[in-house]
Amino acid sequence: MLKKLKTMKKTTRSSMITYAIVIVAFIVMQALTYTGNLSSLLQGLLVPLCTYVILAVSLNLVVGILGELSLGHAGFMCVGAFSSAFFSKCMRDVITVAPLRFFLALLIGIAVAAVFGIIIGIPVLRLKGDYLAIVTLAFGEIIKNLVNVLFIGVDSNGFHFSTKDVMGLNMEADGTVIVNGPQGITGTPKDSTFLIGTILVLITLFIVINLTNSRDGRAIMAIRDNRIAAESIGINVTKYKLMAFTISAALAGAAGVLYAHNLSTLSANTNNFGYNMSISILVFVVLGGIGSIRGSMIAAVILTLLPELLRGFADYRMLIYAIVLILMMLFNWAPKAIEWREKYLSFGKRKKEAVK
Amino acid sequence: MKMMKKAASLALASALVVSLAACGSNGGNGGSDNSGSTGSDTFMIGGIGPTTGDNALYGTAVMNGIQLAVDEINEAGGINGYQISYKFEDDQSDPEKSVNAYNTLKDWGMQMLVGTVTSAPCVAVVEETHADNMFQFTPSATSVESIQYDNAFRMCFSDPSQGSVSADYIADNSLASKVAIIYNSSDTYSTGIYQSFATEAQARGLEIVSAEAYTADSNSDFSVQIQKAKDAGAELVFLPIYYSDASLILAQADRAGFDPIWFGVDGMDGILGVDGFDKTLAEGVMFLTPFTPTSDDEAVQKFVASYEDEFGSTPIQFAADAYDCMYVLKEAIEQADITPDMSISDMCDAMKTAMTQVTYDGVTGKQISWGEDGEPSKEPTVVQITNGEYTVL
Repeated sequence: MLKKLKTMKKTTRSSMITYAIVIVAFIVMQALTYTGNLSSLLQGLLVPLCTYVILAVSLNLVVGILGELSLGHAGFMCVGAFSSAFFSKCMRDVITVAPLRFFLALLIGIAVAAVFGIIIGIPVLRLKGDYLAIVTLAFGEIIKNLVNVLFIGVDSNGFHFSTKDVMGLNMEADGTVIVNGPQGITGTPKDSTFLIGTILVLITLFIVINLTNSRDGRAIMAIRDNRIAAESIGINVTKYKLMAFTISAALAGAAGVLYAHNLSTLSANTNNFGYNMSISILVFVVLGGIGSIRGSMIAAVILTLLPELLRGFADYRMLIYAIVLILMMLFNWAPKAIEWREKYLSFGKRKKEAVK
Repeated sequence: MKMMKKAASLALASALVVSLAACGSNGGNGGSDNSGSTGSDTFMIGGIGPTTGDNALYGTAVMNGIQLAVDEINEAGGINGYQISYKFEDDQSDPEKSVNAYNTLKDWGMQMLVGTVTSAPCVAVVEETHADNMFQFTPSATSVESIQYDNAFRMCFSDPSQGSVSADYIADNSLASKVAIIYNSSDTYSTGIYQSFATEAQARGLEIVSAEAYTADSNSDFSVQIQKAKDAGAELVFLPIYYSDASLILAQADRAGFDPIWFGVDGMDGILGVDGFDKTLAEGVMFLTPFTPTSDDEAVQKFVASYEDEFGSTPIQFAADAYDCMYVLKEAIEQADITPDMSISDMCDAMKTAMTQVTYDGVTGKQISWGEDGEPSKEPTVVQITNGEYTVL
C-alpha cells in the first residue's frame, strides 16, 4: 500500500491525502460523538464547518484556478439556500423521508444556483480584474435585496407572489406565507447532518480536484496564466471561464442548501448572505493559499472554529480574531516569513527545490 | 517546499485534532449536563444576545438587566435558598452564531435560558431548546415563531399584538381616519408590526393612505416617504421602527412642514436620548411601551436608580424586560419548588405549568400572567411626550 502510494503520480497522491484528511476527521468526530466526548458547541459546529469548507473550496475554483476575483459568492449560496428551503417547506408534509427530501432540495438548490451562475457569468466574465470584483459584489447585493422583497404564499388557489408585503398576496384565509420578505423562511426542516455534510465535502473535493487535473482544468489555468496565449492556441476563453464560474456557483448553492437545512430560520442579511460573508469566504481562500484546495479547506475549518473557541475572551474575541488573521497572513505570505520558514521549518528533509 | 507544505498541513491538522479533543474533554467535564444535573447547588442561568455588532445596544441592555436582577436575588438569599450562576454569550444577532452560543452555554451547564434578545436568532435557538426540552424565556424576541413551542415564553409583546393594539388604540380614541405608515422593510420587527397593524386597521375601518418602506441601507433620507404621506393627506403617521430612524424622520418631516400625529411602538423608547436631537420635535409623539424610566411607580424608580448606579446609564425597555424575566423565573421556580439537582427536562416540565400559574408585578407591567402559548397578558400603556418628558396617557 505504502509502496503503491509512493509510485503514484504526485497529484493523485496529493488529492488522496486531501480525501484522507476529510475521512479521518469524519471518523474522529463520529467516534467522539458516540463516546460522548464531543462538546455540544462542536457538535453544533460540524455542519456549519462542512458548509464553509464547501464554500471555500468552490470559491478557490474561481479565485485560485480561474484567477478572477469574485466578491459575490455569498449571493449564490443565498440562491441555493432560499430555493431549497422553499422546496423543503412546501414539501414538509408531502415527503416525510428526510434524506429523500434533502436530496431533492439539494438538486433544486444546485440547479438554481448554477442557472444564476450562468446568467450572471455571461455579462460579468467579459470584465476582468477590479471591474469583475466590483460587479460580482454588486450582483451579490442584488440577489440579497431581491430575496428581501420577495413574498410568496400558498393557499387553495395555488401560489401567490408579491414584492410589496403580505397583504399584497391576496390570499384566501387558509393561506400560509412561505417566504415572508425580510423575515425570510421559517420552519425549514432540519435535515442537514454531519454525514450528509461530509459526503458533500467529498463530492465537492472530487469535482474540483478532478476538474483541476483534467484537460478542461489545464485550459482554465492557461487562461489564468496568459489569456492571449491561451486564445492563440485555440482555447475558447468564454466557455472555460463560464464553466469554472458556473461549477463554482453550483457548489456554493450546495453549501447554501446545507446551511438552510441546519437552521430553522433563514433570512438574508449582510452577515450571512451579504458582502460580509463573501469576504469571509475570500479570507478562507487567501489564508489557505490561493489555488490550494487543501489549504482553503483547513483555513475554513480553523477560521470558523476560532471565534467560537475564543469565546472565553468575551468582547475582545473579535479583536483577537482580527489580530490572528493578520499574523496568519504575515506568516503565510510575508517574504521574510517565507524565508524563515524555509530555513527553520523544512523538517530536515530535502532542501528546497525550485518550486515556483 | 512540497515536503514542507505537507509537513505544515500535517502539523496544522494534528493541531486541530488536538484542539478539538481538548474541547471535547472540556465538554466532558461540564458535559454532565447531558444527563441532566450538574450536581452543584446553584441554578445555572444562561443568556444570549448581541453584545457586539449592530444590535449591541439591546444585547448589552439585556445582559445588564439580568445581571442586576441576579445580583439582587443572590444578595437576598437566592431562589429557594440556592444561588444563581449567570453567564451571557454574544450572538451578534445572527441565527447561526446564536446556536453556537447556545451550545457553548450548554457545555457550561446551563439549566434555563433567558434569551435570545432578537427575533430571528430566537427562532433558530427555540428549535434547539425544544429538542433538548430546556426552559426558554425571552425578554424581547417579538416574532410569532420565536416562542412557537411550549417550552418557550416571552416577556414582551409579540409583533402581531403590538400592531393590532396600536390600530385598536387609534381607532378607539378616533385619533385619525387617514393613516400613513413608514416602516423598515429589512427588519423583521418592523415588518411584523406593520403587517398586523395593516390587517387590523383595515378591519377597524382606518384608511391606510400610504405605506412606504425603507431598508437598513437607505435609512438616512426619508424625504420621499414623508412627501408621499403628506400628499396623501395623512392625519397620523404610524412608525413601527426603532428610535434612531424615527428621530431622523421627525427632523426631516419638520423641515418639510409636515406635522401629523406621530404614533410609534416600543422601539420608539429612547428617542429623547438621541444625541443632537431637538426634543421639541418629539413633542406630542405617542407610542406604546411597557416601560417608562420616568414613571412614578416605586418598583420602576428603584430599578432605574440601581441600574444607573451599576452601569451609569438610564435603562431602556430591553433592560427592564430582562430584569423582569429574572424575577419571573424566580417566582416560577419557587412556585414549582424546583431545585438545581433536577434534570433539565424535569425542570422544563415543571416550569411549563408553573409559568401559567404565576402572576407577577414588575417594572414592565402589573398583574402579568402567561398562557400556555407563552404569550404574556399585560396592559400596554400609551405614552406621550409632553414638555420633553414621557407622560403616561
